[in-house]
Amino acid sequence: MAKMHVSSTINGEVTEFLCEPQDTLLDVLRNQLNMTGTKEGCGSGDCGACSVTVNGALVCSCLVLGVEAQGAEVGTVEGVADKDQLHVIQQKFLEHAALQCGICTPGLVVSTQALLKENPEPTEEEARYYLAGNLCRCTGYDKIIRAVMDSAETIRGAA
Amino acid sequence: MAVVDYKVAGSIAEAVEFLNDAKIPTRILAGGTDLIIQSKAQANPIAVVDVKKIDSMMGAVVDDSGLTLGPSMSCAEFTHREDIKDMFPGLVESAYLIGSTQVQGRCSIGGNLCNSSPAADTVPALIANRAQCVISGPSGERTVPAEVFVTGVGKNCMEANELLTAIKIAKPAAGTSDAYLRFIPRTEMDIAVAGAGVSVTVDSSGTCTAARVVIGAVAVTALLVPAAADALIGSTLDEAAMQAAADAASAASKPITDRRGTAEYRRHVVGVLVKRAAAIAAQRAKEK
Repeated sequence: MAKMHVSSTINGEVTEFLCEPQDTLLDVLRNQLNMTGTKEGCGSGDCGACSVTVNGALVCSCLVLGVEAQGAEVGTVEGVADKDQLHVIQQKFLEHAALQCGICTPGLVVSTQALLKENPEPTEEEARYYLAGNLCRCTGYDKIIRAVMDSAETIRGAA
Repeated sequence: MAVVDYKVAGSIAEAVEFLNDAKIPTRILAGGTDLIIQSKAQANPIAVVDVKKIDSMMGAVVDDSGLTLGPSMSCAEFTHREDIKDMFPGLVESAYLIGSTQVQGRCSIGGNLCNSSPAADTVPALIANRAQCVISGPSGERTVPAEVFVTGVGKNCMEANELLTAIKIAKPAAGTSDAYLRFIPRTEMDIAVAGAGVSVTVDSSGTCTAARVVIGAVAVTALLVPAAADALIGSTLDEAAMQAAADAASAASKPITDRRGTAEYRRHVVGVLVKRAAAIAAQRAKEK
């Protein structure tokens, strides 16, 4: 089958690409658009390393076909920072050393941003449940949750 | 990876046409949280028909007649609908249990039904609420009760040229509510070892006048257990009646032993879940 032409808005910019029907959005982001911030962990929707937003919904990009992005608004980790200015969430992940190998970090940053948009004042339990689909095999989650809770507080304070 | 053709259906009629004219196995793509994983594991080529541009597949209407649900609405959207939660709290909690936040963003109740896993969380809750499944095909629509929709592990009553186009649940009678519970060895992100969906109707004197008890993950399909319901009907949902319902559910179960639990364990746990879910449903029914 011929490649399909897809037009979507990625991090606010109209982006066009060609892909095969079986290519996932993750494949397209990494291999065609060179947006390698989004990571592939399991490829089966279990680990959350490939988390992006599609029309505002947090999803695993490994479980979305690239062609499904036609006309959609996609948000990736590349769109989180404001040019060279790190987002509060990214800054807090650094300050709390909430990462070791870093593979889960982009997914966690995107998911944390989605969490705080939906619930600016999460309890620790709410944050842990919301982020249960983002696996980290290094940190034991404690520092991640501290970074998330600190991000929430800082963003609320700035508002 | 074997998805070799992707089509977007603009209407149910067009989706049926795509299925009916298909030259290779063709599947309906809603959230894809099961289908895309399965397609990656398959060498054989398949085609997919995306139904998410069809408004009726994605919406939900709650009115005096009850709920008409577009089967492809994401569980994230479904579980945030207060009007649905008010009418069917147990069904909403069953939908909420599926997967992670990321999976919730895509997965759907229709997908959960059509994937037809024995452990599907929403299926016992749908059956407990007497859900009707509207199926569209080349010769029009037909409607089947949820309890006969799934016919085996990964199998259901639909033909290759049919698709699920609506799930309808009548508004519950006064004093009726539902609950769904499942057991997993951790607190999140797992598949049911056993599940129980219960709907009960309680009159003003506290007597149970109607009940539906459904158990999941303990047989090849979710099982409606009339003997468990009969144990509750006519009682005040006292301990003896609840235990009789639990025992009936355990007796009706036909579990297997796998890495999530032994048959013996599942048989016991499913009874406990029935008892607890019935108590929650009864409490909700009395508060209505």
